[in-house]
Amino acid sequence: MEKTSSPPIGASSNPTMLTVRFDDQVVRYFVIATVIWGFVGMLVGALIALQMPFWQANLGQYLTFGRLRPLHTNAVIFAFAGNAIFAAIYYSTQRLTKTRMYSDVMSRIHFWGWQSIIVSAAITLPLGITTSKEYAELEWPIDILIAVIWVIFAINFFMTLKIRREKHMYVALWFYIATIVTVAVLHIGNSLAIPVGLFKSYPIFAGVQDAFVQWWYGHNAVAFFLTTPFLGLMYYFLPKAAERPVFSYRLSIVHFWSLVFLYIWAGPHHLQYTSVPEWAVTLGMVFSVMLWMPSWGGMINGPFTLRGAWHKLRDSVVLKMYVIGITFYGMSTFEGPLLSVKTVNALSHYTDWTIGHVHAGALGWNGFMTFGMIYWLLPKLWKTDLWSNKLANAHFWIGTIGMLLYVMAMYSAGVTQGLMWRAFDGAGSLIYPDFMETVVQIVPMYWVRLVGGSLYLVGMMMLGLNMIMTIRNAKDKPTDAAISVPA
Amino acid sequence: MSSFLNTDGRHRTLEGWPLVFTTLTILAVLVGGTVEFLPLVLMETNRPTISTVTPYTPLELTGRDLYIREGCVSCHSQQIRPFRDEIERYGEYSKPGESIYDRPFLWGSKRTGPDLSRVGGKYPDLWHVLHLEDPRSTSPNSLMPPYNWLLSQDVNLDNLTAKMNGLRTLGTPYTDSDIEGAVQDAKAQASNIARTISASGGPQGLETKEIVAVIAYLQRMGTDLTKSQN
Ligand code: HEC
Ligand code: HEM
Ligand code: HEM
Repeated sequence: MEKTSSPPIGASSNPTMLTVRFDDQVVRYFVIATVIWGFVGMLVGALIALQMPFWQANLGQYLTFGRLRPLHTNAVIFAFAGNAIFAAIYYSTQRLTKTRMYSDVMSRIHFWGWQSIIVSAAITLPLGITTSKEYAELEWPIDILIAVIWVIFAINFFMTLKIRREKHMYVALWFYIATIVTVAVLHIGNSLAIPVGLFKSYPIFAGVQDAFVQWWYGHNAVAFFLTTPFLGLMYYFLPKAAERPVFSYRLSIVHFWSLVFLYIWAGPHHLQYTSVPEWAVTLGMVFSVMLWMPSWGGMINGPFTLRGAWHKLRDSVVLKMYVIGITFYGMSTFEGPLLSVKTVNALSHYTDWTIGHVHAGALGWNGFMTFGMIYWLLPKLWKTDLWSNKLANAHFWIGTIGMLLYVMAMYSAGVTQGLMWRAFDGAGSLIYPDFMETVVQIVPMYWVRLVGGSLYLVGMMMLGLNMIMTIRNAKDKPTDAAISVPA
Repeated sequence: MSSFLNTDGRHRTLEGWPLVFTTLTILAVLVGGTVEFLPLVLMETNRPTISTVTPYTPLELTGRDLYIREGCVSCHSQQIRPFRDEIERYGEYSKPGESIYDRPFLWGSKRTGPDLSRVGGKYPDLWHVLHLEDPRSTSPNSLMPPYNWLLSQDVNLDNLTAKMNGLRTLGTPYTDSDIEGAVQDAKAQASNIARTISASGGPQGLETKEIVAVIAYLQRMGTDLTKSQN
C-alpha cells in the first residue's frame, strides 16, 4: 500500500529528490462531516431554543428539551468542532512534518469510528440513555469506543511526528500534542464508572467528589477541545491566509506553557458557593483570573500577525472570519475570568449569562475559526474556485449579526433574572417570590435568541450550499497535493 | 531566560524532541488536577457526616434514574447556595454531607426552572401527578415540558438488584436483605404513593407506573436534614 511516498512525477525530477503525496482525502472527509454535523447540531440548537419559550415544541417522549439539550451540546462540540479540528490537524500536520500521515488505515478508522460515535450519540441521547454529566453524557459502551478511537488517532499522530522530515515542531503541533494527551486523560478520568447494565453505569465518585471530577473534566473539555486545538488551527491557518509569519515566537512559547499548566486548575470555578470546599473553589478562581494573561497572549499573537496585511481583509472572507473568531476568543477569555470572581459568579451562575458566555465562545471563536478554515480549504482541496464569494460574504454578515443577537439576548436575560432572584423589598421579603415571574420577564429574550440562532443556522446552510456547489464544479477526482523532499 | 526563548535557544531544541515535549506537557497538565483532587479524596468527604442522611430506597433510586433519563437536570439545579435570597426562596443551603450517596451528582448548572433540592414535602403527591402530566395545569405560564408518558409507562424494576449491587460495591451501605427485598420494597412504596394519589381524587392504578417512582424521589429530596434521628 502507498505509504509515505509515491513515485516521482515529471520528467525533470531529480533522482535525489522524493515526492511526498499528502493524504488529503481524509481531510475532505472531515470537512464534509464538519458541515453536515454543524448543520444538524445547530438545527437541534434552534429547536431547543424554540422549546424554551414555546413548550409545544417538545415533540413527545424522545424529543423533549431535557433529552435534546445534551444532543445539541454533543453534536456541536464533538461532531461539528471535533470534525473541524481533525480536518485542521490532518491537513496541517502533514504539511508541517513534510510527510504523509503514518497510516492511511488508521486515519480511515479514526474518521469512520468518530462518525459512528456521533451516530450512537444521536440515537442513545433521545432514548434517554445518558449519564447526565455535562459533555460526558454518553454511556459506558460508547465511552470505551471513544477511548479506542482516540488512542488510534494518537498513535497515528505521534508516529507521524516520529517519521517527520522537519526537525523542529511548529507551534501548531504543540497545541495538537496538548489536545491529544489531555483529552485522553480527561475522558478516562471522568468516565470511571461501573456498569450495572448494558446502558447504565454509576460513577465511582459520589457527591462532592463527583462534582469536582466532572468540572475538572467539563472545564478542560472547553480548554482542550474548544481552545487548544483551535489555537493550533489559528497558528497554522491564519499566517497561511495572511501570508505573514506569526507575530512573536517568544510569546507563543510563554503562552503555550502557561496555558496548559494553568487551565487545569480552573475547573472548580464551575462550583462556586456549592458544597465543594472553599479552598478548592478559591484556587479555581485565582487560577481562572491568571488564565486571562496566557489567553490574551494567544489572542494578541493572532491579530498582530496581520500587521501590514489589514488591507487584505477587504477581499478575503477567510481573514474576516478569523478576525471575528479571534476577537470573540479575546472577549470570552476576558469574560471567563470575570465570571470566576465570586461576586460576579453569585449573580451569573444558574442564569442565561453563562449561556451567553458559552455561545460567545462557541459561535464566535469555534464557529468562525471553523468557517474561515473551510472557506480557505475548499478551493485547495477540490482544486477549483470557491463557488460563490458573495455567498461567503453574506454568511459572514448573517453569522455575525446572528451571533450578536444571540449573545446580547442572553446577557440581558441573565442579568435581569439574576437581579430579580435576589431582589428584596424594604420589609425584607423577596419581591419576586414566584419563580415564574422571573421567567415570564425574560421570555421575550428567548425569542430574540431564537432569531439570532436561526440567522446563524442560515449562515451554516449557506456554507453547506457553497461547499456542495464547489465540489460539483471540481474535477471528478481531485489530486492530492504533493511536495518534493530530499530522498 | 532569553537563551531559552530565542529562535535558536533551548526551547528550539525541545521542539526537536516530540517525546520529551509530550512528557513535559503531560506533567504540566497533571499537576493542577492532582493537587486539587488528592486532598478531597484524603479528607474522605464520602463518609457520612450527617447522621440522618441515608441511602435511597429502591423506588427512590428508580425515580432518580428516571429523572436522569428525562434530563430534568438540564433545567433544575439541586444545590442551594448560602445566600439570603436562595435560603428564603428554597430553604436551607446545601451541605456536602447531603450528596454522599449521589451517583452521579445532580447539582446542575442552569436554573431554567427552580431549584429542587428541598422540594420534598412541598406539594402533595397528587400535585406532582398533575404537574408532570401538564405543568400548565398547576403553574399557568410554565415552560416545563409535559411528561404524560410517565403516567402510562410501566416502571421497570428488573434491574434493581444489579443497580444496588453495583452501588454497594462502590460503598453505598445496602445490606443483603435490602437488596433481596428490593423489588418488594419498591412495590410497597409504590402502592402507598398510588393510594395517596387516588385517595385525594387523582387517577387510579398508578402503582405500576413510572410516575410513582419519580414522585418518590421528588418527595425524598431535602427531607434528610429535617427528619428525626431514629
Ligand atoms: C425546560 C425546562 C424544564 C425541564 C426539562 C423540567 N422542568 Fe420542572 N420546572 C420548570 C419550570 C420553568 C418550573 C416552574 C414552573 C412550574 O412549576 O412548572 C418547573 C417546576 C418544577 C417543579 C416544581 C418546583 C417548585 O418548587 O414549585 C417540579 C417538582 C419539577 N419542575 C420537576 C421536574 C421534573 C421531575 C422534571 C423531569 C422529568 C422537570 N421538572 C423537567 C422547567 C423544567
Ligand atoms: C444555531 C446555533 C445555536 C443555537 C440556536 C443554540 C442554542 C442553544 C440552547 C437553546 C441551549 C440551552 C440553553 C439553556 O439551557 O438555557 C444551548 C446550550 C449550549 N450550546 Fe448551543 N446553540 C447554537 C450553537 C452552538 C454551538 C456552535 C456550540 C459549540 C460549539 C454550542 C454549545 C452549547 C453548549 C456547550 C451549551 C450548554 C451550555 C451550558 O450548559 O451552560 N451551541 N445552545
Ligand atoms: C480564560 C478563559 C475562560 C475562563 C476563565 C472561563 C470561565 C468560565 C466560568 C466562570 C463559567 C461559569 C461557570 C458557572 O457559573 O456555572 C464558564 C462557563 C462556560 N464556559 Fe468559560 N471560560 C473561559 C473561556 C471559555 C471559552 C473560550 C469557551 C469556548 C467555547 C468557554 C466555554 C464555556 C462553557 C461551555 C461553559 C458552560 C459550562 C456549563 O455550565 O455547562 N469558556 N466559563
